[in-house]
Amino acid sequence: MGKTSTRDRMSNEVNAGSMADIAFLLLIFFLVTTTIAEDKGVLVKLPSWSEEPPETQKLNTRNVYSVLVNADNQLLVRGELMDIDDLLENTKLFISNPRNESDKAEDPKKAIISLKNDRGTKYKTYLAVYNELKAAYNDLRNDEAERKYSKRFDDLTPDRQKEIRSAIPLVISEAEPTNFGEEG
Amino acid sequence: MSKFKKKRGKASPAISTASLPDIIFMLLFFFMVVTVLRDSEKKVDVVTPSASELTKLEKKSLVHYMYVGRPVEKFRATYGTKPRLQLGDKFAEFTEIPLFIEQHKSKLREADQPKIITSLRIDGDVTMGIVTDIKTALRKANQLKVNYSAKPMVR
Repeated sequence: MGKTSTRDRMSNEVNAGSMADIAFLLLIFFLVTTTIAEDKGVLVKLPSWSEEPPETQKLNTRNVYSVLVNADNQLLVRGELMDIDDLLENTKLFISNPRNESDKAEDPKKAIISLKNDRGTKYKTYLAVYNELKAAYNDLRNDEAERKYSKRFDDLTPDRQKEIRSAIPLVISEAEPTNFGEEG
Repeated sequence: MSKFKKKRGKASPAISTASLPDIIFMLLFFFMVVTVLRDSEKKVDVVTPSASELTKLEKKSLVHYMYVGRPVEKFRATYGTKPRLQLGDKFAEFTEIPLFIEQHKSKLREADQPKIITSLRIDGDVTMGIVTDIKTALRKANQLKVNYSAKPMVR
């Protein structure tokens, strides 16, 4: 009698103890893998704040690439209207100066991009312009990495990346924006 | 005596663990629901523009977010339609930015504190006026690492 009862118990109840482990595994898996909407963006480093006005530097105009964006989201590059689609190529030409022209940068190290916008400029346009300028530098660094080490810039060792970065430093100087077209 | 023994033997079967998975599933669902809720409490409309030169933000604990955009429909009656800044889950003024950064810093180890990144999630149609003001506030607070959040764009 006693023996049959134990057998009954065994066939009636499946051991559910391991279910907990399975559920735990799931829980931990989700906790580890769920990322709250991964974030990507254009990384910039702002200049540090100082109360005194910055020292005025005398720069050779051939080394300065001035980009102005007005409240109507139009682009004025070195005094001439430009379409945003042409900005990347022109910026690259300015920095690298492959034909050694007298109106473009003497050396990538000396090139300075001066970016100025209006308080009424759309953020979308501003970011698009900034993106093009950064893309120009990234392209040039990639070309340099390709030429020297026949590798992409991102695949280089940190030392070599640093070397190329100092050969083609990213200098984007942002001026205090004008205020002509801010919405009320 | 025999009666006593028998009773004891019958009362000692293992406690059923069949409900344990249910409890843990409940925990699982709780966590899933909570994670979604915290992120979706947005008070401003933000549609980030797209860009190609993107950097992925690796360490989430070092990043804090600032949202800029027009208030969503239900807050327009009280806050108007001018673009506003949202810190955490409430509307904020620029003067609250330094405190917000300090609060984030205080949660981190001292070695990590200079590494924090501000991720700006700004609506594409906002004008640069408010963005400039935020940038100035960040510079004054000596928080210089900034990320303009953007959607990936294929060239």
